[in-house]
Amino acid sequence: MPLTADLTAGAAPRATLAAGPARPSTGEVRDYVELLKPRVMSLVVFTALVGMLVTPSGTHPVIAASSLLMIAIGAGASGCLNMWWDADIDAVMTRTVGRPIPAGKIRAEEALAFGLFLSCASVLLLGIIANWLAAGLLAFTIVFYVVVYSMGLKRATPQNIVIGGAAGALPPVVGQAAVTGTVHLDSLVLFAIIFMWTPPHFWALALVKAGDYRQAGVPMLPNVAGPDATRLQILLYTLVLVPLGLVPTWLGFGGLAYTVVATLGGLAMIALAVKVYRRRAGREADRAAMELFAFSILYLFLLFAALLAEHGLGLWRNVPGLSL
Amino acid sequence: MTLEEPERHKLSPEEVRRRRTRSIAIALALGFMVLLFYAVTIAKLGPQVLNRPL
Repeated sequence: MPLTADLTAGAAPRATLAAGPARPSTGEVRDYVELLKPRVMSLVVFTALVGMLVTPSGTHPVIAASSLLMIAIGAGASGCLNMWWDADIDAVMTRTVGRPIPAGKIRAEEALAFGLFLSCASVLLLGIIANWLAAGLLAFTIVFYVVVYSMGLKRATPQNIVIGGAAGALPPVVGQAAVTGTVHLDSLVLFAIIFMWTPPHFWALALVKAGDYRQAGVPMLPNVAGPDATRLQILLYTLVLVPLGLVPTWLGFGGLAYTVVATLGGLAMIALAVKVYRRRAGREADRAAMELFAFSILYLFLLFAALLAEHGLGLWRNVPGLSL
Repeated sequence: MTLEEPERHKLSPEEVRRRRTRSIAIALALGFMVLLFYAVTIAKLGPQVLNRPL
């Protein structure tokens, strides 16, 4: 069943379907899995797991693993609802045109029902399995991502991914709340790191994909403020992010391995951000932006992998003279 | 008085296969949920569940 996109100014940004008799669902199981954005889910699981491990809690492994599963399902549900709402712009962007709704594999209303069901189920079950603080934080994360970011900010302001980045940064906080029943400074620092990492990461991609975003009517920073202003913002955010990446060392939950990774990775991030700032035209500029985009993923992965190894595998070693 | 048959979509063999695959996936998910509830219940009750007057 073909999807029609309505991109006229002021139109409700929602997928509509061609008229006809009600048809049964035609989606494959893998299409439903794709609706959950499995790559984003894996990142959420990873960061939430680190949030669970940085503060010792003594939680039963079955409770911790089940809580992690509910956090993953909640993240998948918010991705599904995001795809439902953004189906019209997904249909005009090369990066997203193959997603299940614009490709006509799954009807928009099916995705809506699927996402709502998984959202409610994941929040309720996390509350029953772990505690209601974690469930409330998960509900807040889903609502923030779908309502505040997708429905509100994304099409309205170039600060969309700055504010919306809070949703992607919350999983460590939810993970920690699930196993400790409270929110510690440790997970708030992890939140701050992901929050500050999000703008340079997405703006580096937006520099290269500015045409796509313009066509879809999404006011990303390069389309609104221009590429040079975006490059400056990328550099400034990176200069804040890198020292922030060393706060876990200062607070003591980042050990020697983490400190080495955060220092070397941070220096590489700054070098790449400077490269993006200086190379402003042609293929060299695009290449520099894509290098920063790709390395930023590795940087965040390494930071959290180091914490995971230190706290999950017992590799934490004190950094003399640097921690409080 | 005669009742009209509602308009129905006749499923193609491919659509039948997809529906069957979806049904199996839902059954597996439900089975997994049963196991999960069981494991969580045991984990929450802990070993003290066996220490009670009979």
